[in-house]
This record gives sequence, structure tokens and C-alpha cells, in this order.
Amino acid sequence: MKFTLSWLKEHLDTNATLTEISETLTRIGLEVEEVINPASQLGGFITSRIDSVEKHPDSDHLHILCVNDGTHKYQVVCGAPNVREGLIGIFAPEGTLIPLFNERLKKTTIRGVESCGMMCAVDEIGIGTSHDSIIDLPSDTPIGKPASEILNIDPVIEVSITPNRAECLGVRGIARDLAAAGLGTLKPLDVKKTDGKFANPIKISVDCPTECPVYTGRYIKGVNNKAQSPKWMTDRLNAIGIHSISPLVDITNYLNYDLARPLHVFDADKLTGNLTVRMAHNGEKFKALNDKEYNLTDYSLGICDDEGVQCLGGIMGGIEKGCSEDTTNVLLECALFKPECIAKTGRHLQIDSDSRYRYERWVDPKSNIIDSDYATQLILCICGGTASDLTVVGSENIQPQVAYLRPERLETFIGMPVSAEKSMQILQNLGFEVSLENGKIKAVSPSWRGDIECEQDLIEEVVRMIGLDEIPAMSLPNSTFPKEILSAEQHNVMIVKHELASRGMYETVTWSFSDSDISQYFRNGHDAIMVQNPIVKELDEMRPSILPNLLTAVKNNIARGYPNVAIFEVAPVFSGRNPGEQHTDASGVRAGLTAKKDWSGSSREYDVFDAKADALAAIAAAKGPFENPQITTDAPSYYHPGRSGTIRLGKNVLAYFGEIHPSILKKMDIKSRVVAFEVNLNNIPLPRQSANKARKKLELSQFQAVDKDLAFVVDKTVSAAAIIAATKNADRNLITDVRIFDIYEGANLPEGKKSVAISLTFQPAEQTFTDKDIENLMNKVIVEVGKKTGGELR
Amino acid sequence: MENLDSLKNEILSKINASTDLKVLDDIRVSVLGKKGQITEMMKGLGALPLEEKIALGKGLNILKSEVENAIEAQKIILEDKALNEKLTTETIDVTLPIRPETQGRIHPVSKIYEEVVAIFGEMGFDVANGPDIEDQFHNFNALNMPGNHPARQMQDTFYLNNDPTKPFDMDTAYVIRTHTSGMQIRTMEKQQPPIRIIAPGRTYRSDYDATHTPMFHQVEGLVIDKNITMAHLKGCLYDFMKAFFELDEIPVRYRPSYFPFTEPSAEMDIGCLKTKTELKIGAGTDWLEVLGCGMVHPNVLKAGGINPDEYQGFAFGLGIDRLAMLKYGIPDLRTFFESDVRWLKHYGFTPLDLSSMTGGLSNNGGLAR
Repeated sequence: MKFTLSWLKEHLDTNATLTEISETLTRIGLEVEEVINPASQLGGFITSRIDSVEKHPDSDHLHILCVNDGTHKYQVVCGAPNVREGLIGIFAPEGTLIPLFNERLKKTTIRGVESCGMMCAVDEIGIGTSHDSIIDLPSDTPIGKPASEILNIDPVIEVSITPNRAECLGVRGIARDLAAAGLGTLKPLDVKKTDGKFANPIKISVDCPTECPVYTGRYIKGVNNKAQSPKWMTDRLNAIGIHSISPLVDITNYLNYDLARPLHVFDADKLTGNLTVRMAHNGEKFKALNDKEYNLTDYSLGICDDEGVQCLGGIMGGIEKGCSEDTTNVLLECALFKPECIAKTGRHLQIDSDSRYRYERWVDPKSNIIDSDYATQLILCICGGTASDLTVVGSENIQPQVAYLRPERLETFIGMPVSAEKSMQILQNLGFEVSLENGKIKAVSPSWRGDIECEQDLIEEVVRMIGLDEIPAMSLPNSTFPKEILSAEQHNVMIVKHELASRGMYETVTWSFSDSDISQYFRNGHDAIMVQNPIVKELDEMRPSILPNLLTAVKNNIARGYPNVAIFEVAPVFSGRNPGEQHTDASGVRAGLTAKKDWSGSSREYDVFDAKADALAAIAAAKGPFENPQITTDAPSYYHPGRSGTIRLGKNVLAYFGEIHPSILKKMDIKSRVVAFEVNLNNIPLPRQSANKARKKLELSQFQAVDKDLAFVVDKTVSAAAIIAATKNADRNLITDVRIFDIYEGANLPEGKKSVAISLTFQPAEQTFTDKDIENLMNKVIVEVGKKTGGELR
Repeated sequence: MENLDSLKNEILSKINASTDLKVLDDIRVSVLGKKGQITEMMKGLGALPLEEKIALGKGLNILKSEVENAIEAQKIILEDKALNEKLTTETIDVTLPIRPETQGRIHPVSKIYEEVVAIFGEMGFDVANGPDIEDQFHNFNALNMPGNHPARQMQDTFYLNNDPTKPFDMDTAYVIRTHTSGMQIRTMEKQQPPIRIIAPGRTYRSDYDATHTPMFHQVEGLVIDKNITMAHLKGCLYDFMKAFFELDEIPVRYRPSYFPFTEPSAEMDIGCLKTKTELKIGAGTDWLEVLGCGMVHPNVLKAGGINPDEYQGFAFGLGIDRLAMLKYGIPDLRTFFESDVRWLKHYGFTPLDLSSMTGGLSNNGGLAR
């Protein structure tokens, strides 16, 4: 909401400075966003007189002036047509910053004559747009004064109005609040009752009094819509960014911002028959002023003539029966509509207008008649014409809202005692009718306030006027000793992040949205959860996996010249559209090389085992079963079918890992291999709550452990996990570790076979192993591996 | 015996003159070996008369022992020499850089979350969880924002069709939460006061420009008990700001504002100094808006199943990303979500940089590598 200082002073009698006004506005809840004061740019400009004017010897339109600022005289070359001896204007000496060009003025030579400054036009100093002539001030203007003191410059103030303060969508409402805050007095509104010269020829009926409690209409004949709107009005509208269109439009715009009063003006000659306010029919068509056609529903208000809806009540006029330049007879609508009805229609049809904005918040229900009179007065004054009687359907006798305030609640709710007298005084200043009833303050809302419903609302009014900064600050009472506050799940999320970061990955945060063009491959059997109104096409689906976004990040980093990427995110993914159908994934990708090449030659391409290691580390950090992981080879189709795995706990999937499927990389135009993992943190069982933090007792054998190697020839399809499991199974007590240290396929081996070499650790418990003991153990392993995998000792 | 003395001198001088272990060993063999000089002389003792045998035998034994000691001493010297020679050939350029290592990073959003949790944890708050996709009751209606409330437009909302078998219906559709307030309602539904929670999480609004992203992070707080007043609200937030910005004092100011779910409502500003190149929190004459807050509206308590005649309290909401920008001088919100590895490395935090009120909120992880 913007307004100018002079506009405010039209309603508020005050001596306060601009700074005082803007500070007060913010303090009472009308937050000032910006104050634009052209006067602040006028440093260096001074009032000066032209002492003499000579024709430039080398030009037929330029003149050589002698400009006098009271202390110095300057020679100035000037091309303005209105130069004359004795003219007092605004002079910019050399070095002055000119707002129009944002440059300092330099001494120049124009056609051989030196010019030491400039006599200014309004555009050059930022207070207007005209460049036709230099400023010509009254002849009694003192010279040598700063321009900002002499020029009547109107600063523009922009405030942000919260939805509860609808009355402050008009300058008068703001003035009223400032007056209540003690910054001046509200001037009375100069409205005379309009005497109708004839009966309104258009009959008006209201079929839906709930949605339209009051409707007033006045016929004005013989208006001239080609007339010029007065300068004071167009100046104010211009200042807040509204262009003058025609007097009738300017007047409705002006009253929207002056009194927060939406109006509508029909071209009465275009209306057919009488006017009916009714709910629209389902499917009824309406062509609005914005040139769009809308399909109406029965919850929308139509202002209708015999040919249908001509105005979408309280929201926007129709294109067919609105005013034009040639309009001569008009019907002026000044009405009250129910906020819920306006909001619903506006929201569903997605029409924004100043009118809707005001009606859906609050329009003073008792202002219809007086505002109609005020608007009529302006129309008659600017456009001429003759006004009819006012047709009023419904009654403004609307029950005011009443709320009660227990004076002691200021102390018990706000923590700041305020006397009943003071509270009553404040409320009274704000326009409430106040009285004491059984120790409670009864406050009857003024009609312009629609937001006062309960005691807390009254408390806010009192506190707002006293100032929030007057409330003391008290630390929260804290009787308990600080305790751990993260749940086990929340703690896991935090620790998994730190674990993955400690593995050299960068944590990132990407949108919960994804691009369905990519994420369609990552749904893993779930339905797409599409956003109804995505902000861009690339963010149209609630992501089924974090990987599409991480892959996009890989692609972007490669494009920036950073092809080695290791990033992860721990965040929600969505499996269903209902609230709660989401889980937290710790997902990461690694692409390119482990490092740029260096002297040590340790850099290598990332592979599936990096992703597997990340997944297991994340599971371990979340206190999940990471040892002896159960790994199956049925990862989703977005992974490489032969280089991916699923980490399970029974039926429960804890994680997927693997290379991203090359066809997906191709679709995304990523040319390097990418390995990825996804750990579903919600599927990791939480450890049982146990108060005992003691570790299991450590039993250390005092006998020497022995390492032995064995190599088996097995079918290529036999998994490493099967060989390890069989080996461990040979003796669960004495075999304490099994490692695979070589895998060989090729010459010297039969077709379809591979050699797997394992290294075992035997740990005696009771006494040192004899050669015979070790041989027995090795034989047990050979038998067990042969039985479980068909492997033969190589 | 004189012969023995000269023999001794001869052998010892040979030993001392030896320059490598091979030569030394050859000397040993030639003197003490099976056919060595001394060995042979000892073999010849048997043929001598007893008196001579005793005298020469004693002399030879002494000589043998002296020679052995000399060889051992020379061996140590030569071994040292050999090792030193070998080491000089093993020189490595230790000015070479170390093998490549990557130190990971924690994103500023996670870091701020951890700091905020650390501070409010000290004040006895729990941390709530809630869904990102919400029904309109929990996101709007329960927060005193019925269907046609104009405040709904303050929050440009993303919608999801709640039933894909039917046409989209704005009145029954789900929303992607516009704030984390739904968690407050869900907490009240489950728990009677006293309540002290913070509700951190992702929030979504349909807004995308220099200062807005369609997803951002909020943390809201809710405190409900019998005697909680607006003075506590101010105290709690003041304590938080001081702790968060790690300052002993911080200028704050409150402006009346409006949120449907609180009454009275306020916005909090903190004092700062804005210059062209930097923003200094806690000093200067400018104000910076940091959060919205207020006393919980009785309708909200009712919607959460709490009796507003018995209980009262406050709520607040602040932007995690914004706090990160202010505290750590990150200029552009949009860069938070771009996954640019250069940005993550520069603005991210080291893995060991954990936050606590007693161990320190920030700078705990050592220097970033």
C-alpha cells in the first residue's frame, strides 16, 4: 500500500516529520517498507535568478544567461524556450549530481561559449517527467536556498498492510491509526448528502442478501468522461504507480486507495432492463474487463441485467457494460459483499483485483451510503451531470462486534500490567465504544474494524499502542536438567550425515521436487505423485528417490569443469501422496575419479564397492546390521543389472547400491560412470532402549592365531558371499576371520569356472594348535565349501 | 712369544684396514677358519713339550680372543658405514604433496539445524517431526485459517490431488506444507501441556526469485503451559538470538504484525550494521527482520484439543537458511540448493564440527582442508 505524504495530510492534521510518521507506522504494526523522498536527491540544487539573457552568437535557440545564486554569478548556456530576465528557477552548479542521469555536472563549452552549470527542468531533478521548459518559481521566491526547502515535493511512503487491517488499505484508515497513536488528529471527511434530482430509473433487487447485505445504486446522467481528472488526483495516483485513464476510472481507483472503498460504474445506456444481484448459475459465462471469459459456479455473485452477469460482484466488472470515453449515463454501485463469498470466487477463478483484495478482508459495512455520496460528489465535480436518488437495498444497521477484556489479562497474558483506565483510553482512541461491565472492559468495535473477535484481539490493540518494546523479557523458567532431545531417528539422521561427510563426501540439499522426465525411471513401482501447480516443469513430481536430483547435480558439476563428484543428501522421499507416506533416505553418488591424477598414482575410477562401502557405513552409523550383510542382486531397474545389489534384513530392504544404469546416464547426457547408494533409514531397526551402556566382556585368547590360505575352483555364478558363509560355517568357533584375496578367471581354468583364493584366521581357545589340528580345520573348510558351493580345492 | 706379538700386530692392522664386510670376513677365515693361521698353530701345540705347550697355548688363546673382539668391533663400524651408504641412496623428496584425500562437508542447513537444536535443547525443548505433504486441516484450518481466509494467499501454496481417480478439487486437495506449523497441531493432538517443542523442516511455497526458493527450511517453536506470557516469548527469543549469534548482547526490537495463528503477533528485528561489503550482526543502527512470533490464538489451542481457558503460550517461526546466511555471510539463498561442489566445499562445515552449548556452537571441527 503506497501513499504520498500530502495525501496522508489530507486526512491527518499533524506537525510530525516524515521520519516520525514512518517510525510510528512501523511501531504500531503498519510496517514501512520504503520511503521514497525525491527531496533527498536534491543536494547542491539552489534557487537562483537569471540576471540577464543574451542571444548565443552562434545559435538561433540557445541563450547565454547570467545566473545569480545570491553569492556568485555564473555564465550558463541554456536552450529552454522560457528563459527571461528575472526568472527564478533551480540552478545546478558544476559538480552537482543530476538524478536523471546519475552523473555529476561538468563545465562544458557549447558552440564556443563556456557554460558553468544548468538551469533545471523538473525531469532533471526527479520530481516530474516534463522536459519542455525550465522550472519557473514565483517571483517572491528567495534565491540561494536549497531546492529541497523551496519545492513542494511529495514523498511516497509504502507500508505493508497485514490481512487483518483492511481499513488501512485506504489512506484514511492509516491516518486514523496514526491519530490514535497520538500523531495528530483525524480531519472530518468532507461529504455532503447528495440530493437526488430524479428517481433512479433502474430497479435494483437483491436475491441473495446473505452474500450481499447492502447494495446501493445511483444513476448519474449527462457525465462527461472525456473531462480531465484534476491534477491533485492524477499526481497522487501517479505517485503510487496508477496511470490516469478517464475520470470515472480514476475516481474509482482513487477511492480504492483513499477510503479502501471498491466501487463499480456501469454504463447505464448499455444495461438492458433492471439490475439483479444474484448467485451465478453453474456454467454461466462472464467476460471480464481483463478480456478473459470465465465459467461461473453457483457460489459466485453476479450483478446481472436481463442479458446475464455484467459484473462479478466485488471482484471485477464486465467488459460489455463498462464505461468508455463516450459514456454519458452511469450507474454507480457502492455495495457490501460477504468476504467468504468474494474470497472463494476469487481463489477458484484466480482473479486478483484491488476490489477483491479489499472485499475479502473487510469493507466498512456502514460506509456504503456515505461513500456513494462522496463518489457522486467527485463525479459531479469532475465530470458534471445530474444525480438520481440513491437506491438502497438491504440495511446498514449491522450488529457491531463486541469483545470483552479483563484488565488483569495484560499482566497474566502479556507479562506487563496495564491499568483498566489506560486500556480503555487506548481502545477509545481507536474508535471502540468502551464501558466497564462487572470489572471487564466491554469494547464495541467501530464498523471499520472487522478483525476484533476475542479478548486477545483487544489485548493486541492495547499492546500495539503501548509498544511491544515496553514488554519485559523473561527467560523461560527451566526446572529440569538438560536432557537429550533428539529421538533415535533424528539422531541417526544427524550421525549418518557426519559419517558420510567423514568419508569424504559433500552433503548437499536438493528440492523435494524432481523432474518427472527423469524421476519416472526411479519410481520403483510406486505411482507418480505429481504437484498440481508446479512452479516450473522441472519440479513437477514429489521425488520418489533422491538420485534424480543428485544425478542432475553431477551433470551440472561436470558442465562446470568439476567431473569428480562425491555428494550425498539425507532427506525425505515420497512413496505415496497421503501425509506420512514418505521416508528418510541417505543417498549419495560418486562420479569420475577418486581424485585428480597425482604423483602417487592412487587416483582411480569410483566403482560399485565405493557405493557399497558408503551404504554399509551409513547403516552402521544408524546402528543397523552392517556386519555379515545379506546382499541380494535385485536392485531396482535404474541400477546396472549386473553391478548393483540390495542390502536386506530379511524382507526389509535397508539399502540399494550399484552403478547407475548406463541408459539413464545416456538420457541425462552424463558420460562418466556414476555409482550410487540409497539407504532407507526408516527401515533400519532401532536398537532396543537399554540403560546398560556396558560393553560385552572381552575374551582374549592367549594362544597364537594362525593364518592359512586356500584356493577353490567354483562355477563363475557362485557368489563370494556363499564361499565366505560356507567357510565360516565349517567351524563357527575357531575360524574367526575369512578374507578373499584373489579372484582369477581365464587360462588354466575350465570354461565357466573361476578360482577364489581365501585367507582364513584360526584362533585356538584352549591350547596352541598342532599341525594336525590345523590340517583338520582346513579339511573341514574344504568339505564344507565343496558341499555348499561345489568348489574344489585348486 | 715375540712371534705371537708380531703376528698379533699383523692381524690387527689387517682387520683395522679392512674397508668392507667381505674383506673382514676373509680375514676372519684366514686367521680363525678351519685352516686359519691361529687354528693351524693351535693344532700344532700337541707336538710340543708340556711346558712350551702351556705357555704357547695360553698365548694363542689370548691372541684368538683379541682377534675375535677386533673383528666384531670392526664389523660394527663397517655395518654402520654400509647402512649409511645405503640410506644416502634412499632419499625421497619429502616436499612432494601428500596423497590426495578429501575431507567431506556438512551443508549449512544441517549445521544450523544442529546449532538450533543445541540451543533450544538447553531450554528444555523437544524436536517434533511431521509430514511434508499435509492435509489442509493441519496446514491451514487448525491454524485459524479457514478455507477462504485471505492469509492463505500470503503463502503461495503447492497442491497435490488427494484422490487421483477424481478431478482436482482445491478444497480437499493436499498441500505441500507451507510452514512446519502442522507439526505443532500434531503435537498438541498427541500431548497435553506443558509443551515445549521446536518443529524444524522443509517448507514449500510457490515463489522463485532472487530472495525466494520454492523450498526452504523453517524451525518453529511452541511453548504451552499455564503461566507462559509474552514476556517469556521475548526472553526466550532474546536468549536464543544471543546464543545463536554467539554475542553477549544483541539489540532487538519487536513490531506488531499479523499471523492468523497468533494474537498478539509480532515480528522481531535484530540490530545490525549494513555496509556495502558486509553485514555485522549485533551492532549499528540498522534493523534486520529475523522472525515472526506471537501468543498462540485460542482457536489454535482448541483445534489441537487444548483448553484455552486453562493454557496459553507462544509460538515463533524462523528461517534456517536465512539464519545461515546471516551468521555465515552466505549471500544468495538460491545457491543453497545448487549442489555446486565449489560452494559446498567453501560454505560447508567439516565433519567433526558438532554443536553444543557447552562444547561450543561453531568452529569445532578444526580447519577445513
